[in-house]
Amino acid sequence: MPIADTSRLPSIREPRPIRFLLVAGTLLYLGAFIFLPLVQVLVMALSKGWKVYAAAIVEPDALSAIWLTLGVAAVTVPLNTVFGVALAWAIAKNPCRGRRLIATLVDLPFSVSPVIAGLLFVLLFGRQGWFQPWLEQHDIHVIFAFPGLVLATLFVTSPFVARELIPLMESQGHEEEDAARLLGASGWRTFWSVTLPNIKWGLIYGVILCNARAMGEFGAVSVVSGHIRGRTNTLPLHVEALFNEYNFAAANAVASLLACLALVTLVVRAAAEWRVRQQRAAAERNRDEH
Amino acid sequence: MILGLTMMYLGLVVLLPLSTAILKGATLDGSAFWAAVASPRAIASYKLTFGAAFLAAALNAVMGLLVAWVLVRIPFPGRRLVDALVDLPFALPTAVAGIALAQLYAPDGWIGRFLAPLGIQVAYQPAGVFVALVFIGLPFVVRTLQPVLEELDPALEESAICLGASRGVTFAKVIFPALAPALLTGFAMAFARGLGEYGSVIFIAGNLPMKSEIASLLIVTRLEQYDYAGAAALATVLLSMSFIMLLVINSLQSWSRSRYANR
Repeated sequence: MPIADTSRLPSIREPRPIRFLLVAGTLLYLGAFIFLPLVQVLVMALSKGWKVYAAAIVEPDALSAIWLTLGVAAVTVPLNTVFGVALAWAIAKNPCRGRRLIATLVDLPFSVSPVIAGLLFVLLFGRQGWFQPWLEQHDIHVIFAFPGLVLATLFVTSPFVARELIPLMESQGHEEEDAARLLGASGWRTFWSVTLPNIKWGLIYGVILCNARAMGEFGAVSVVSGHIRGRTNTLPLHVEALFNEYNFAAANAVASLLACLALVTLVVRAAAEWRVRQQRAAAERNRDEH
Repeated sequence: MILGLTMMYLGLVVLLPLSTAILKGATLDGSAFWAAVASPRAIASYKLTFGAAFLAAALNAVMGLLVAWVLVRIPFPGRRLVDALVDLPFALPTAVAGIALAQLYAPDGWIGRFLAPLGIQVAYQPAGVFVALVFIGLPFVVRTLQPVLEELDPALEESAICLGASRGVTFAKVIFPALAPALLTGFAMAFARGLGEYGSVIFIAGNLPMKSEIASLLIVTRLEQYDYAGAAALATVLLSMSFIMLLVINSLQSWSRSRYANR
């Protein structure tokens, strides 16, 4: 992150002791409220040794939770990625009226409580739901089954890729695409060899956030899952079940898997953000030259 | 055509489910709806949810300003690492945050054991809701303020100081007004998130009806009792609050856009 170069301007810099206090205050606050919970989970996970840790993770219910979580992410992340790219492309490259409105609609799931997101699908497909008679006729289970988990996760994670790409693509404009089309490239060709390379890092960033949320979602999934051990419990729900049984070592062990996922997400995010900033700066330089 | 397809997807995945909740809430007749959303238990849960979300967002507005200021203005070793870790609440699954906070603030936990002799109990109390929402809300304030602080023209501060203003006056009259729209936006975002937060709260809150039960948990309870209409009615209340907050945030954002574009 670039930092305002205040070194040449001693007049607007805080005096040394004050700067020290400000940094200390920041680190204390972040330490107590943000970092300590992460450390807590990792330490508690290993508090009873590696054997207990490994046993908690290879136990059949935990393994089935891992597979279920991976399965849900494997369906939702690609779907929302395609949707996100298409939507960002449609909004940013073909400016139309009402794009602000569309962008707001895309963000809607962020402002809805995850519990309500889950509830929506129970109301649609649950026992008194609108589609229930039809689903019963065809013996399809949505709520308390895999499809319900997928739908709730789709809803909750749908904004991530799009909201990452819309500002990026808007800042890049469409001159490069126009040039490619003028030179005779087809729409697909233009997309694959011009648009996609330009948005690569923003896309990776959006996908990794989408994936983190898909694997870590709790509220929405908890409402539609039914909490059947070994069948419909995803990793976060398995953590909840273990914790509520006072099986703290196992709960923390399984939670530590999710915590590691969060750390990987942050690393990729930091790397991608740096690249996005570079690309945006390059795009702005290009535009200034024209 | 691509726009059409994506709008269809958006409609199926997001808008259709959303409209059902509102319709379902509307199928209750007036008095039943009122009984569901205005029962003493529901009122108590709104008070707790709003109160805790407001206080947590307020604390985060103050501390977020400090954090953003330090991350942008003061170089120190490890600054990039700290900067990356500010996003932890975005990336860490809420259930993981929930069990971590519950253990930290339990009477024998790393933080709780220091609070217990002082007679302060956080875990399994309404205060636990506040602590969880502080964790969840911080990045909203910091990430909204950071870009604005980076763009802030040092020349403005320098001229204020050259004209004889003290640092305190410079901050109050030059820096703070420039940051205010972004600060309010961050506050509103943290508050809005706090209203709907579920995962990180339920582990630490204790979840006693009338005392430490948040509104989203009451919805889940109603669902578990197969009171679908009651759950939908409560959801309608929370949804309308979220939409109001969304409107507030959008207008705050366009206010700050016009504010920063004019300079």
